[in-house]
Amino acid sequence: MSNERKIYGVAALFTKPDDIIKAASKVANEGYSKWDVNTPYPLHGMDNAMKLKPSKLGFITLFCGLSGTALILMLTYFTNSIDFPLVIGGKQFFALPAYIPITFEVTVLLATVSTVIAMLTFFFKFPSNNHVLHDTPYMKKVSLDHFGIVIEVSDPKFEQSKVEELLRSFDPESIEIIYHKEEIKYPIFEPKFITFLIIVALAVSGGTYITLNKLMFITPFDWMMYQDKVIPQSRIELFKDERGMRTPVEGTVAKGFIPYPYLAVDEPPEYLSNPLIPSRENLKLGKKKFLTYCSPCHGNFGDGDSRLHDQFPNPPSLHSQRIRNFEDGKFYHIITNGKNVMPSYTAQINRNERWAIVNYIRVLHRAKNASEQDLELVIKETGTNVAN
Amino acid sequence: MSQIDAHYNKKELPEKLLRMGIILLIIGVVLGLVGFFVDPTRASFNYLIAYTFLISIAVGALFLIALEYATGAIWSVPFRRVTEFFAAIIPLLLILVIPLLFNMHNLFHWTHEEVVAGDKILQGKAPYLNVSFFVIRAFVIIGIWSLFYFFLTRNSLKQDSSGDQKLTGKNIKLSTVFIVIFAITISITSFDWLMSVEPHWFSTIFGIYYFSGTVVAALAAVTLAVVLLKEKGYLPEKITSDHLYSLGALMFVFVNFWAYIAFSQYLIIWYADLPEETFWFLQKWEGSWAIFSILLIVIQFLVPFVALLSKPAKMNPKRLKFIAIWLLFAHLFDLYWLVMPQMPGLEGGYVFSWIDFVFPIATVGFVILIFAMKAKKENLIPVGDPKLQRGLDFHL
Repeated sequence: MSNERKIYGVAALFTKPDDIIKAASKVANEGYSKWDVNTPYPLHGMDNAMKLKPSKLGFITLFCGLSGTALILMLTYFTNSIDFPLVIGGKQFFALPAYIPITFEVTVLLATVSTVIAMLTFFFKFPSNNHVLHDTPYMKKVSLDHFGIVIEVSDPKFEQSKVEELLRSFDPESIEIIYHKEEIKYPIFEPKFITFLIIVALAVSGGTYITLNKLMFITPFDWMMYQDKVIPQSRIELFKDERGMRTPVEGTVAKGFIPYPYLAVDEPPEYLSNPLIPSRENLKLGKKKFLTYCSPCHGNFGDGDSRLHDQFPNPPSLHSQRIRNFEDGKFYHIITNGKNVMPSYTAQINRNERWAIVNYIRVLHRAKNASEQDLELVIKETGTNVAN
Repeated sequence: MSQIDAHYNKKELPEKLLRMGIILLIIGVVLGLVGFFVDPTRASFNYLIAYTFLISIAVGALFLIALEYATGAIWSVPFRRVTEFFAAIIPLLLILVIPLLFNMHNLFHWTHEEVVAGDKILQGKAPYLNVSFFVIRAFVIIGIWSLFYFFLTRNSLKQDSSGDQKLTGKNIKLSTVFIVIFAITISITSFDWLMSVEPHWFSTIFGIYYFSGTVVAALAAVTLAVVLLKEKGYLPEKITSDHLYSLGALMFVFVNFWAYIAFSQYLIIWYADLPEETFWFLQKWEGSWAIFSILLIVIQFLVPFVALLSKPAKMNPKRLKFIAIWLLFAHLFDLYWLVMPQMPGLEGGYVFSWIDFVFPIATVGFVILIFAMKAKKENLIPVGDPKLQRGLDFHL
């Protein structure tokens, strides 16, 4: 049956390591290039006998290792010095000593992983993990107690009769002709192997899950989990109220916060005076905040004519004489406490912004009832006649 | 013994070597004495560096011998005698330490009573750092080393004539004990002689730091001797590039180990940023000492790392010779960097002095002299060692 099949090569088997070294050096001297030696264990001097050149794999390792070094140094430099500079432990942004360990790790990682990948792709022709010699009687013998040498058909000098004659001249134990397999299979794609991989994946992830979520909580392994320290937002018996996080002393005020004395008071005994001068910045801020928070109901110019008109109890126009006579402090009080349907805006608008809004309302008042001088001033300022 | 292929005929080392050692030693000692009269402080500091350098080579060599016995190493057996020659310096350390003990006042400011009286920290350390305990420690430690040297080499020499395998067994036991004692004693030695020069500073890793340097220095000395002896044909032909590769690889490992330890010490102190620890490194960043600090990284790590990285480089006798000399210099430089910035008058930066170059000359002369004298008396390979044949047949 095998006569139909393609020949892969001619093999000779020896029983003594010295014989195979002699044979290998002779075959190398004959000028063959596509041939190999298979031995059950590494033989000293085989490299010289086969005239093998040192492997080039080391250069790939070196190159990828150095790339790893450069890559991680650039990454740490970019992330910590350019993209998101953050002071950590009072060190400079590019704190080189702190990055040395990770540089070392990545160098080693890239060097080793790339070596394995390069070996698989360049030398083993991944995804093929099959070789013609696999599962042959020849391979079984050379894995056990024989030393074999194979000269392949693909060698340009290959001539079956000559090769057989040459191999016979070494006085081998036997000579075998090795044929290609009928079909090439990739055992790594076989369902058995894939099932195996899935089982491994499940076992590893399940084991990790159990270790991290169950095992770590069993008594001898939870050494560091329960410590005598205050954990934020947890109970602690040290204090009477059992609160881990302490409440501030009564009357404590946040930094920069100025409390309003008449919060939730309907009729305050006095109205505060406006601490902000109507400067350009303050008016700009007031306009921005008015348009964001007030205009949805009161309208862009405080006329009470917004889109929501008639959908809620209508807000009053801010231009009635009654409202025009309000003190600044009253506006502030209303924004702070709310009025009728209008809610309190303390959460949305801070103190400064509220006073700025009050200033802006005054601007609207003046604009609605502009005098001749005002118009002249505007024309002078903007160079256009707004009256038209 | 009859199994040894090439029967060993001892070839005497040339008289020239002995003479060279004596001449270098005399030049060094004479100039060193002049140095002691000109600038006793500087001379004492240099003597300390030379002395610790000798400890490194001698005790490091003894450690290598112990390591060979304890691990059952085979490849290093053919030149174990060379390592023993370097270890022969150990008993002489007992004498060499005496000038240092007379100059302690120049070296260690914790010996000044008026300084200690006004210094709380030094008072706290006084139970350990006091002159009498210090002297006792120095002698006890060298005494222990000398005893181990004496017994280990006596057994090894006896084996030359008797070939008794039991002696190897005895030495294995001795070696395992020695390695444990070595770990403790070398730490104490480094704390006493090197760290207490700046008594306010402390680093628990310092003992390992000094240990890594000693092994590098001892390996470099052994490698240099082996390559030179092999080149001139004093060692058997069967010592091949595979043996040299092993020496080179071990040197490479310990160069990396030194860098690892040195960096660990730096990283932890740098990270914690505690003033009582960082000042020691800041002293070494003062003025021109900064150049020394950077040079130390280049000399002790970067150059040897690159030079020994590839496999052919570790087998190349020329490269090994160069790197061995380089590493011996590097260790000397390391010790200089450790000690010198603490010298009164040198805090601001390096100041040139001819005295710095005198003591290394004496050290080299001394080592050569001891080596030549031992080589005259004894075989260059341990001919009676049961592992010798396998050691000669060693292949990668």
